[in-house]
Amino acid sequence: MNDFPRWKHILVALVAVLGVLFAVPSLYQKQPAVQVLANKSGIVDEALKERALQALQQRKIEFQDVEIKDDRLLALFGNTDAQLAAASALRTDLGDNYTVALNLASTVPQWMRMIGANSMPLGLDLQGGVHFLMQVDQKSVLQSQEQRYVDDIRSLLRDKEIRNAKVDRGAQGIVIQASNAADRDKIAAAIGADLIDLNVTDGPSIGDSPTLIAKVKPERIKQIADNTIKQNVSTLRNRINSLGVAEPLIVQQGDSRIVVELPGLQDTAEAKRLLGATATLEYRAVDESVNVAEAVRTGSVPPDSRIYYFKDGRPAVLKKKVIVTGDELVDASSAADPQTGEPAVSVALNSAGARKMLDFTSQNVGKGMAVVLVERIPEVRIVDGKEVRSAKIEENIISLATIRGVFSNKFQTTGLESMKTASDLALLLRSGSLAAPVDIVEERVIGSTLGADNIRKGVTAVIVGLLLVVGFVAVYYKVFGLIADVALMMNLVLLVAILSIFQATLTLPGIAGIVLTLGMAIDANVLICERIREEQRNGMTPFAAIRGGYEKAWATILDANVTHLIAAFGLMTFGSGPIRGFAITLTIGILTSMFTSVTGTHSLVALIFGRSAKLKSLPV
Amino acid sequence: MELFNPNSKIDFMRWRKVALGISAILMVISAAIIFVRGLDYGLDFTGGANIEVSYDSAIDVADVRAALTAGGFDKAVVQTYGGTNDFAIRIVADEQAETTEEATSAANDKIGNNVLKALRAARSDAKVKSSEFVGPQIGDELRNDGLVAVIFVIAGISIYLWIRFEWRFAVSAVASEIHDTLLTVAAFALTGREFDLPALAAVLSVVGYSINDKIVVFDRVREIFRSSRKGDPAEILNRSVNSTLSRTIMTGVTTALAVGTLYFLGGPALENFGLIMLIGIFIGIASSIFFANPVLLLLGVSKQDLMPVSKNDPELERRP
Repeated sequence: MNDFPRWKHILVALVAVLGVLFAVPSLYQKQPAVQVLANKSGIVDEALKERALQALQQRKIEFQDVEIKDDRLLALFGNTDAQLAAASALRTDLGDNYTVALNLASTVPQWMRMIGANSMPLGLDLQGGVHFLMQVDQKSVLQSQEQRYVDDIRSLLRDKEIRNAKVDRGAQGIVIQASNAADRDKIAAAIGADLIDLNVTDGPSIGDSPTLIAKVKPERIKQIADNTIKQNVSTLRNRINSLGVAEPLIVQQGDSRIVVELPGLQDTAEAKRLLGATATLEYRAVDESVNVAEAVRTGSVPPDSRIYYFKDGRPAVLKKKVIVTGDELVDASSAADPQTGEPAVSVALNSAGARKMLDFTSQNVGKGMAVVLVERIPEVRIVDGKEVRSAKIEENIISLATIRGVFSNKFQTTGLESMKTASDLALLLRSGSLAAPVDIVEERVIGSTLGADNIRKGVTAVIVGLLLVVGFVAVYYKVFGLIADVALMMNLVLLVAILSIFQATLTLPGIAGIVLTLGMAIDANVLICERIREEQRNGMTPFAAIRGGYEKAWATILDANVTHLIAAFGLMTFGSGPIRGFAITLTIGILTSMFTSVTGTHSLVALIFGRSAKLKSLPV
Repeated sequence: MELFNPNSKIDFMRWRKVALGISAILMVISAAIIFVRGLDYGLDFTGGANIEVSYDSAIDVADVRAALTAGGFDKAVVQTYGGTNDFAIRIVADEQAETTEEATSAANDKIGNNVLKALRAARSDAKVKSSEFVGPQIGDELRNDGLVAVIFVIAGISIYLWIRFEWRFAVSAVASEIHDTLLTVAAFALTGREFDLPALAAVLSVVGYSINDKIVVFDRVREIFRSSRKGDPAEILNRSVNSTLSRTIMTGVTTALAVGTLYFLGGPALENFGLIMLIGIFIGIASSIFFANPVLLLLGVSKQDLMPVSKNDPELERRP
């Protein structure tokens, strides 16, 4: 039987070798580690390594290795206690310029990693991972919400033509100072009619002027708080997904906290930075009435304006009132500006934002508008041996331009440092700016959700199940069954290899999915063997039976697998989270099984039976 | 080794009305079970309470689990939390209906106290540090995504079968899918087990397994229709089912061997997956024989519909 081409034999052999090469790293266990990543001003170099070594030696923390890899410092430890102690030591000693994060490092030999062979990350259920507890700063949301109501009340008063009233935020809520009692009643009635989320009460008079105090209703506050945390959870989920970490756990805990758990992943420091990042854009009007140099020298600016600075230190006087903020953004993408080639972020606003932008630009053609980048940078200091967390807000003008035409929902912002900055900013804006800033208040390494005994049971079941299938097929289909078994093992190896290459996270349901895929992969061989038997019964010679069996079964196998693939693909595209992970395993399993069960077995059959010319019947 | 008579001529189609009748009744009952009784959703879907506990001295995770199981919390998820003295325990909250904040926190405290009681029974140095509500891992957002995925899958499979076979096959395949999924989920609901993420994965696998099984039979139906001179649909469907019978059962047995061990030996983590798959494989085999083909016959499948499209102009062919 010489009709099986040689190149297919070679292909099968090559795939088998590559499969083993890329599957083997998954046998290596991961090791507790601490990872250090530079923030803006820090650099990772030999000096940092020295400082890290010193910090560890001073406290007599046992470590196995400290190395610099891809701009990151990685310290390896024998156990998690040393890892935790080292993390807090490094955090104190290295300061704010570095992000220190817990990690699980790969122990795969260097030469394997060089060719891209890595171990498969294990999921939270099998190995545990890194746990972040994040505190949502609800207060700041409430404050900005109050500020919004202040603006709303002001414009309401303008509409109702009530003059000489002052509106501001106070300790008890929004304080409205009216010029006389009649006005006060009018204002109270107007707010009661238009702004139903506010409770208005009479406040103590300030001098001659009567006041009103408007408070946001408690049910509205609760609603805001609920929305805030929901939006934050979904924003964090978007960000984690954009990192490509499969099977994270992101859930709300209590009223104002969010738990994020990442299975032992490559780059916890990056994840940590992305989790807490709150960058947003604010569009502000330039105050044209002041001389900038004068204002900076004297420090006096009109009460509704403030001095802002560019990154390089140039000042500008901008209005305090924001035209549009990042919340009102619906889409953002980074691109090079078509005219200048500068890095830019194009943004699209929602209808409310677009209306405000249209109103503003149509009234201010020829005047200046500035884009301010607001970043919140978390800081951890050690005071009296305890970690004190705070955050500082950094506001920088990134561009200041003259409004040349009227625009509303779509426009571009330039003035960013680099394409990397532009794409980072676009990512943050797109994944939704966080509804409220979050701070990581706790970071721990957690154990697996399944106990060691449960994992052991699961693994035993998987092995026993596979052995049963292999044994049964060998008994039922004899030599052809054994060939199918070899193909099955090759399928398992290939599946592990490809999942490792994609760095798919392995969970226990994922393992169950692999077992299932293998159980079903036998289907193709059952089809082929049954067909060969049929052909033999119809009086075909052994070679003709083999050829006919493979040919006829192939059409069926193809149809069955394509429909199965459609199902898997649908789940992969539209499903999310754990469903997606399962679908990926399934898809890869279907593809590898088509190769090993058909091409792989055919190659072996050709090798075994192809040379014996006097074959009377087939052992099938 | 051969277990099946290669020349079996069982007249499956004779019982088609009875078979379809039984299937229809089972589907109605299953839908009723799912919608009236409902599934007991697990922590992944409902959220629950997160309880942080700590011990004065080290204790093994397995002992904490054992203490919880003894106290009646057999579904609890226990994780080490940093060292060997601290643990996080997640438990489904019984009182899901509570909406006000006070009620929820009261419920959390109650669970916290009950857990403490269970732990103290084994070790007196257990302390509860905090007890808080945790949200579900599969929120509404993910549930909606899942629905879109299922609709896409059904549409995709129908279109493929329509092109490769004929619309009757598409209808029959989708009907069998719905039949198999409904029956499997209902049977699982009756066991009263908790529906968690592995269970969801298993249901999705049943869908994949079931479609695979139907296609193999359909393929044979098409082949025999095309090659036989007489085109009596009932007889051809019978031949198709008979000649693929050994394959249908053999594949069922190998897959059942794999997932059966998961059910019997896999421990709590894999039990659900194995059980649902076992039920699903059994129902899948039955519906490949007794449901999908009778539906085809009912829809009036015929030889003409399956012949390869003639390349000649049909107008010319009709001329004498």
